[in-house]
Amino acid sequence: MRYLPLTPADRAEMLGVIGADTVDDLFVDVPAEARLSGPIAGLPLRASEMAVERHMSALAAKNLSAGSAPFFLGAGAYRHHVPASVDHLIQRGEFLTAYTPYQPEIAQGTLQVLFEFQTQVARLFGTDIANASMYDGSTACWEAILMAARVTRKDRAVLSGGLHPHYGEVVRTMAKFTEDDIVSLSPELVAEADDAAVIAAIDDKTSCVVVQYPDILGRIPDLAAIAEAAHAKGALLVAVVTEPVALGMIEAPGVLGADIVVGEGQSLGVGLQFGGPYLGLFGCREKFVRQMPGRLCGQTVDAEGKRGFVLTLSTREQHIRREKATSNICTNSGLCALAFSIHLTLLGGDGLARLAAVNHDRTQALVERLTAVPGVTLLNDAYFNEVTLVLPRDAREVVRELADRKVLGGVSLGRLFPEASELHNGLLVTATETVTDEDIETFAKELEGVLA
Amino acid sequence: MSAVNAAGWRPSMGETGDSGEKFVTSSGDYGLMLEEALSFELGAEGKCGVDLDTPARAPAAGLSRFLRKAAPALPGLTEPETVRHYTRLSRQNYAIDLGPFPLGSCTMKHNPRLNEKMARLPGFSDVHPLQPQKSVEGALEVIEQLADWLITLTGMASVAMSPKAGAHGELCGLLCIRAALDARGEKRDVVLVPESAHGTNPATAAFAGFKVQSIPATPEGRVDLDALKAKLGPNVAGVMITNPNTCGLFEPEMKAIGDAVHAAGGYVYCDGANFNAIVGKVRPGDLGVDAMHINLHKTFSTPHGGGGPGAGPVVLSEALAPFAPLPFVTRGDDGRVHLVEEENAGEGHAQAFGRMVAFHGQMGMFTRALTYILSHGADGLRQVAEDAVLNANYVLRSCEDLLPAPFAKSGPCMHEALFSDAGLAEGFSTLDIAKGLIDEGFHPMTVYFPLVVKGAMLVEPTETESKAGLDRFIGSLRSLAQRAKDGDQSLHSAPHFAPRRRLDETLAARKPVLVWQGQPGVPATPSLSEIGGS
Repeated sequence: MRYLPLTPADRAEMLGVIGADTVDDLFVDVPAEARLSGPIAGLPLRASEMAVERHMSALAAKNLSAGSAPFFLGAGAYRHHVPASVDHLIQRGEFLTAYTPYQPEIAQGTLQVLFEFQTQVARLFGTDIANASMYDGSTACWEAILMAARVTRKDRAVLSGGLHPHYGEVVRTMAKFTEDDIVSLSPELVAEADDAAVIAAIDDKTSCVVVQYPDILGRIPDLAAIAEAAHAKGALLVAVVTEPVALGMIEAPGVLGADIVVGEGQSLGVGLQFGGPYLGLFGCREKFVRQMPGRLCGQTVDAEGKRGFVLTLSTREQHIRREKATSNICTNSGLCALAFSIHLTLLGGDGLARLAAVNHDRTQALVERLTAVPGVTLLNDAYFNEVTLVLPRDAREVVRELADRKVLGGVSLGRLFPEASELHNGLLVTATETVTDEDIETFAKELEGVLA
Repeated sequence: MSAVNAAGWRPSMGETGDSGEKFVTSSGDYGLMLEEALSFELGAEGKCGVDLDTPARAPAAGLSRFLRKAAPALPGLTEPETVRHYTRLSRQNYAIDLGPFPLGSCTMKHNPRLNEKMARLPGFSDVHPLQPQKSVEGALEVIEQLADWLITLTGMASVAMSPKAGAHGELCGLLCIRAALDARGEKRDVVLVPESAHGTNPATAAFAGFKVQSIPATPEGRVDLDALKAKLGPNVAGVMITNPNTCGLFEPEMKAIGDAVHAAGGYVYCDGANFNAIVGKVRPGDLGVDAMHINLHKTFSTPHGGGGPGAGPVVLSEALAPFAPLPFVTRGDDGRVHLVEEENAGEGHAQAFGRMVAFHGQMGMFTRALTYILSHGADGLRQVAEDAVLNANYVLRSCEDLLPAPFAKSGPCMHEALFSDAGLAEGFSTLDIAKGLIDEGFHPMTVYFPLVVKGAMLVEPTETESKAGLDRFIGSLRSLAQRAKDGDQSLHSAPHFAPRRRLDETLAARKPVLVWQGQPGVPATPSLSEIGGS
């Protein structure tokens, strides 16, 4: 086996040093009746690199990849062009195969990247500080709610109707066990009604309101008004950003009064990957730092006075506080954070603003063309790179029929909101910089065909 | 740099000659030992490493009141500057590609590059989680194949694939237990956690809404079965056991523990972080386990990337299988693999406890793990466990005369060897050995864990270390132990040859600086006075 370097002679010599006759003698503590006598049945035996490659390539070929068809999906996972240097750099062995930086003297590369990442996220979100990444946007959203409960000593969270339904489902699932009180609002068909419903739901028991920005239907809520209403009742505003590229164009949530901003960082550097691994972004006000979950990298000096970086404030963490820890999180998404950070470094603030402008431009072109298709109307007043189209029939069938015509034509609201039948004619479509005029024309033609 | 000081130890980078004066370069670099400023100090506003189209349209009217007033304050770098910045930073990292990471309970083995190549096939890397099922049948088959083999390897009934990391998997397992108890109409609120468990175990139990009660370890480093039995009762939901445990030992009475817990109406959670020690040799399902997470990044070699991502699928017994969260995959009567989520979760899945993540879990890790399993096969995986255990016992027996091994008399260790710092000279501890290893070119072992051993050093060599490599490591460890016994003061100031000397962790925690506050484009590479001393 090419990954196992011991030779039979090595094994024999090592057994001699240990004083055992056979390797099986080392498993003596495993009860004999539970010990397997040979390779497990039901699994194939080892295979060559070439054979494995053939098998995996055949499985990959069964999928219609986004790059091989006109592609318009979003809903929390976005297809952006990733510069070649990003994937090249994250594959450097010193980044790819490093462990958590528990020994800072020989992990300054990873630690400095995390420090730069924290600074980038804080500036993007308009928050004082940020952590070194979490699993993904949805779990970061739940951690934000837990943190708001610790800060306010209240435990009723209000989820806006525009929150990604899967994020809402994660929150409701976890809250069942922690017995936090969750008020889940349903999406309204008029954007202002969503904002009004959130504001109306805030009372003295509310720990936080959770508002997605832009929301799951591609609309942009009025964060400043919601923040004011929340603060008046002693509640925090948690803003959820699933498309960070939007922040190249629209105001940062922290600037508008959000106390905690969480997000999904997949858009920058990471790629679609059928849902994971992604990376959770988490920023907040500096005064909450000791209530913040997850890893933090901090600046310090070494014994010679040189600037260096370490993991810090670990007294909040599970390996020290055990059952009293702020969170049970142990791993972060270090490599995805590196990819995000490299992509954002290549862009810079101006590049991000231009990328955002291109995304918005492509979406305007998509809206212009698709609303010209008979029977199709636009739900949004305002949008960034994602909009909801209202079709004359259930969008789930339309999506399947478009896929048969090799067009990946968005996400049906019926898939996202199976319970809300009034939304089932809704089709969520997204255009990023990867979408060409030809893609849009093909989509429009095929949609006309499907709806005819 | 070849001078040897009075303690028999070479002075640090920057010091030279007998009088101890420092040698200083004007750049801050020392040949191939590099300093690197922050990207913010190197970059400039308006600089960009990506060519972008110019949009033809002005922003839509509806967007105008939401527009930001200025671009985010993020200085950029061009492509050559970016490549150089991150390449220079990468050289300040230790990694498994450079040498062993003998971190106990944190298996760090060779990361095959075939896994990376397969995960990057566009059919896996460039597909959206919400594409129509018919367009992602290959991706669903990857999940189903991996799930099937995890079930086979563990002898369990089912597996929940979506947890994002080991600790997230622990949470999933405990929530399955909670849901099963709810279905029985029982309110059991205590989880028993042995002292030798990973720190995430009690944290996870608390996060799942349980009260945690600790079970002591015996003097032999194993779960105290009598103490455990004494705690069992109608309020106990279950026990969380790490097996092999963090003392590096197999729990031989696992079956008896399981029987006692089941008889008292509870469930057995097993922390599977150390599964690489027994894969192909023992099936946890045969030992009475109800739920166990598998750290794919550990047992099945997906790279850890400086802190993640991980992946933590949870295998489940018959009793817990109905409660696994959405989404999951299932092979239908038509022979095809189907994705079950909220939209199509019918009667058969009504007991699913909910959803843990937005999408389907760590697909990129699944592809890598499946590639690794296919490469090894049933025979190779069995060899993995045997070599991991052989390597650990070789380290244990080669060092126990110099470093006390508190549980060496308990029998062979599994995949990791546990030492203590008892017997070193006055004032010397585990930390000195650890930092000394850095100068020797090795990543230190896990230090001060598990908590049940004073000055613990937990060494896990893993199965991908060669005998020659182990002999080098053993030579260094023995030399450091001897120096610490002899009172070699130079050990206290180790590391001497790392990119940084010992870092002030107290300062970092007392006055946290978590984001950069300087001026864009102003480098803060060390000034001559900073690096030059007087």
